[in-house]
Amino acid sequence: MKNAGLIFLSAFLVNNIVLMRFLGLCPFFGVSTAVETATGMGMAVIFVMTLASWITWAVYHFVLSPFSLVFLRTAIFILTIASLVQLVEMFLKRYYRALYSAMGIYLPLITTNCAILGITFLNIDNDFNFLNGTVFAIGTGLGFALIIITFAAIRERLDQAPINPSFQGYPISFIAASLMALAFLGFSGLFGLT
Amino acid sequence: MSKWQIFTRGLVRENAVLVLMIGLCPALAVSGTVRDGFGMGIAATFVLLCSNIIISLFRRNIPNEVRIPIFILVISTFVTMIDYMMQAFQPDLYRALGVFVPLIVVNCMILGRAEAFASKNSIIMSALDGLGVGLGFTLTLTIMGAIREMLGNGTFLGMVVFGEGFKKAPVIFMIMSPGAFLVIGVLKALINKYVKKETP
Repeated sequence: MKNAGLIFLSAFLVNNIVLMRFLGLCPFFGVSTAVETATGMGMAVIFVMTLASWITWAVYHFVLSPFSLVFLRTAIFILTIASLVQLVEMFLKRYYRALYSAMGIYLPLITTNCAILGITFLNIDNDFNFLNGTVFAIGTGLGFALIIITFAAIRERLDQAPINPSFQGYPISFIAASLMALAFLGFSGLFGLT
Repeated sequence: MSKWQIFTRGLVRENAVLVLMIGLCPALAVSGTVRDGFGMGIAATFVLLCSNIIISLFRRNIPNEVRIPIFILVISTFVTMIDYMMQAFQPDLYRALGVFVPLIVVNCMILGRAEAFASKNSIIMSALDGLGVGLGFTLTLTIMGAIREMLGNGTFLGMVVFGEGFKKAPVIFMIMSPGAFLVIGVLKALINKYVKKETP
């Protein structure tokens, strides 16, 4: 996978982060109750995911790798991401009030989101260079936003539907997600991507 | 609460995945076969047990303001240990679990037990609590792995269960991602129907 376009498509559709890789399920089920909140969450994830992939790429290649500290990557990455999110939150609050009111409340929720940390690990495991890592992070973030917004729309309809009491809430959401995942399986093989 | 109650609470009544709905990502991602589910469960149990013991041991020394970063550091130490141990002793399993081994560190189940239980209770109690919650997680993942492997591949731990005919044409989507969502959805619905009424 050298081509940046293919990496983007793979991250966005074929290996969709939520439905195929199963990362970031907590916000996927927790925040997808209305289209509006899902949009804010999706934006925040795209933003933080890109920043996190940049900063962890730099930390890994300029600090951990040269000093043979790779075994510390789990601890260092999570602390880096946690402090990054704090900084971004303060920065947005001070200088970009509009952006902050759109996605500020979602930023703390993202800190311990396995999607963000997972992407930084996958970046390293796949040996992506800086450009490919960025494309991968943006594609993944967009894939997350696409899924969470579509799913929020589906759940708004599910709230109106007459559902068996045992299936109300989580079970029917899981089954809706299962059908979405089945639909997304149709993308596998697109441009030879698996 | 007695020690036995502490232990069984996490195992059944407050089962992390099926009752509290936390730790969903690994539960769905690596429950494709019995081996993967069981391996993931044991890895998480190890981290949970050790981090609960260490945090409980130092509960009077950890300053309240920085407790979350300290918990995360303790947890990530054990995650790194299991990560490298699994790479050395179970390389096949490690390849199958992939990125989900280092991601045990952000499993909210583990941080949740550290914050809610281990930072307030004695070492014995915390160890029992960690063991109960961890084994409950293992149990869930093994059950899901068993259902998905039997239907999706026609085998149980590699042994053929429904005969060769089924093995040749199984319900293949059960071991792919839609099967994971379907199995947990149906399990949760069954729990809603039969179990929830008994719990207070």
